[in-house]
Amino acid sequence: MGFILAQALTGLSNAAALFLVASGLSIIFGVTRIVNFAHGSFYMLGAYIAYTTMSMLPGIIGFWASVAITGVAVGLIGVVVELVVLRQVYKAPELFQLVATFGVILVVQDLALLTWGPEDLIGSRAPGLESVVYIMGEAIPEYDLAIIALTPVVLFAIWYLFNRTRWGILVRAATEDREMVGALGVNQSWLFTGVFFLGSLLAGVGGAIQLPKGGADLLMDFSILSAVFVVVVIGGMGSIPGAFIAALIISELNVFGVQLLHQSTLVLMFVVMALVLIVRPWGLLGKPEKPGQHGQVGELARPIAIMPTRGKWLFAAMLVLLALLPVLDDSFLLVLMADIIIFSLFATSLHFLMGPGGMVSFGHAAYFGGGAYAAALSVKYMGAPMEIAIMIAPLIAGCLAIIIGWFCVRLSGVYLAMLTLAFAQVLWSIVFQWGEVTGGDDGILGIWPSEWASDGVVFYYLVLVVGSAGILLIRHVLHSPFGYGVRAGRDSFVRSEAIGINVKLMQWMAFAFAGALAGLAGGLYVFAKGSIFPDEMEIARSFDALIMVLLGGVKTLSGPFVGASTFTLLQDWLSRFEYWRLVLGSMIILLVILFPQGLVGFARDKFGRLINVRGEDHA
Amino acid sequence: MLNVQSIDAYYGQAKILHGLSLNIQQGEVVALLGRNGAGKSTTMKSIIGIVPPRAGRITFRDREIAGIPTHSISQLGIGYVPEERRIFASLTVLENLEVGRQNAVDGLQPWTHERLFEIFPNLAERRNNLGGDMSGGEQQMLTIARTLMGNPWLLLLDEPSEGLAPVIVEQMAHTIQDLKKEGLTILISEQNLHFADLVADRAFIVEKGETRYEGTMVELESNEEVKDTYLAV
Repeated sequence: MGFILAQALTGLSNAAALFLVASGLSIIFGVTRIVNFAHGSFYMLGAYIAYTTMSMLPGIIGFWASVAITGVAVGLIGVVVELVVLRQVYKAPELFQLVATFGVILVVQDLALLTWGPEDLIGSRAPGLESVVYIMGEAIPEYDLAIIALTPVVLFAIWYLFNRTRWGILVRAATEDREMVGALGVNQSWLFTGVFFLGSLLAGVGGAIQLPKGGADLLMDFSILSAVFVVVVIGGMGSIPGAFIAALIISELNVFGVQLLHQSTLVLMFVVMALVLIVRPWGLLGKPEKPGQHGQVGELARPIAIMPTRGKWLFAAMLVLLALLPVLDDSFLLVLMADIIIFSLFATSLHFLMGPGGMVSFGHAAYFGGGAYAAALSVKYMGAPMEIAIMIAPLIAGCLAIIIGWFCVRLSGVYLAMLTLAFAQVLWSIVFQWGEVTGGDDGILGIWPSEWASDGVVFYYLVLVVGSAGILLIRHVLHSPFGYGVRAGRDSFVRSEAIGINVKLMQWMAFAFAGALAGLAGGLYVFAKGSIFPDEMEIARSFDALIMVLLGGVKTLSGPFVGASTFTLLQDWLSRFEYWRLVLGSMIILLVILFPQGLVGFARDKFGRLINVRGEDHA
Repeated sequence: MLNVQSIDAYYGQAKILHGLSLNIQQGEVVALLGRNGAGKSTTMKSIIGIVPPRAGRITFRDREIAGIPTHSISQLGIGYVPEERRIFASLTVLENLEVGRQNAVDGLQPWTHERLFEIFPNLAERRNNLGGDMSGGEQQMLTIARTLMGNPWLLLLDEPSEGLAPVIVEQMAHTIQDLKKEGLTILISEQNLHFADLVADRAFIVEKGETRYEGTMVELESNEEVKDTYLAV
């Protein structure tokens, strides 16, 4: 009994930081409609900054003053991000801001590395709360009890701020109708900045109070991000009490989950999330989202024309150029180009889902990695040759997408996106934690192409043929009745249903199709590298794909290729530098600010006539 | 007080207003008449800055306001009451009023909850109800009251009678007459000529984004040709 109580209290104390970070994310999303991927980075900065301030300010007062200072400091960093980055792109299509926040993640990672070094930092215990209290014979750290007590205070403070102050009322009004708030004489841009300050402050405080329990390290940003997304989705986007309840559920689940099935804690969290969403698609205390607001903000997508002759020639010319590449006899270049082709296929499959399908996936790496692992496992355990393994990859990835899609298409917009991320994390945690089969963190090594394709040039041709065939297939499907149905469903759910299209079924099929092709890309990838690691299924990989698609431009068909090329080349070129994340992140932010329509969209708008050949054919 | 000089306004690529002009003197109630799609709402949105005009001038109390942000226009003393009401559904009546509150511009007696509740007695009873739980008529009253909390000189009322029961429409007309007595200047867009007759001094008729007729309500009433051409359904 005492043991269970002790566990429950540990769970409650773990919930504190999770709740703080999640409520910050929720508040920012509620008003700005931005899913701030960089929120985990603010949490990480909170831990690091608190480490520094706590080492400078001793004693009880110093400790709690450090927590407050850290909150304000991280809040101000949030304000800088809002003013410098996000304010430039509020008018851009909604999802484009995600790319900007991803750039911020990279920049913060390197800045933290520069400032605090690569070693994990261990926070000292909170002064005055170093000892333990015995409750029913179990030792409970005093600090845990202190932050358990702190959490409801924070919850009340947030409630008070939003319900009893003019600022809070304005923010709630802006959550409903920003334009009307402006027409009533309120300068919303300062409201936004204030919201960013508050949201970042909460994340910073979350990092600071977690420091004595867990320390500070450079992986904190992503590790909390998925848990925070789960909390926000279970609780309901924009609901603070929802975030509170969900944080409690998840934290307790983790604590007791470790006792019961200690290899499956990560999976458990996402399973609970999936269950909640089946019963309550908008989360425990959330409200349904207005439909049709995602990926289609701003200018409508131009109708997609069947490729005109000029475009076909251009595409053919590009293929010929790529086919002639081995003439240069540069094996490094071939490897790089193979990567670009593979990522183009990966990005094109995501684009199919996001652009024409209108469904944003934050977890597309699940199918890329799923395909890659399917291929690698079939080689390792069944001795399958490369040809078979590459065929198995899209099949398994497609099956995964059918299962995951069944859940996801019941939702829309941000909820759908969050759920895809959650499922991707489930798969990732299975791969990561099921070491006996998947090799866990060590990955699977020695997956090489068949004898005939082992030569670099031959393998390059294989990638070129399979990759471009995959991309052409996606294009072709867009112009099939299925593709028309998917696009019709995106443009108007009700009207499509009224003319007899089963939109949910179309979306489900689109999900499976996009998943299968991402899996094909994964299958090629594993043979290109000769190995596979769980990294390929991580959030970061999903974000890479998002960046490629958004960087190229969601509303263009050639966007994924341009985006994948740009991103892969940039990454390849920059990874020679020590602080490449800083440079890459800054470049991503710069690209977002300069080209809010994406690279292809920008080119089309700016050099309309000049580029018309491509503009027409690809868009 | 307000002078709109040949403005052009667009929704994306579509040109809605073609050199529209109108003017309002202090203390007047002016009706903006015209059929559905004539450009009445867009005119309102151009004045408040939600759809900024791409050409032409708008001056308010001798200040150029075309092109400045919506919230600044509102702060100068123009109150906008949108056609769709746009009540904050999850906020209470009092909270809705709080969102609209601005400091009074010099020379006006500031609006308070009490003064507003005298004009809109229904709101007083429902002050702690959620905006989303109110009837259409109550929401229309609330949206006017909310805008009045900003202490405007000029009130832009976009189709206030639309979708309301006849009894409520009559009540609305009385309300507007009351507001005129308080010294407010009002621009009101309407499709309902009868309603405009009850409240307005002068009228502009808009058709295809241009002003086609200008005159007092008395003149308009006697001009069957104009009524037939621009207002008959």
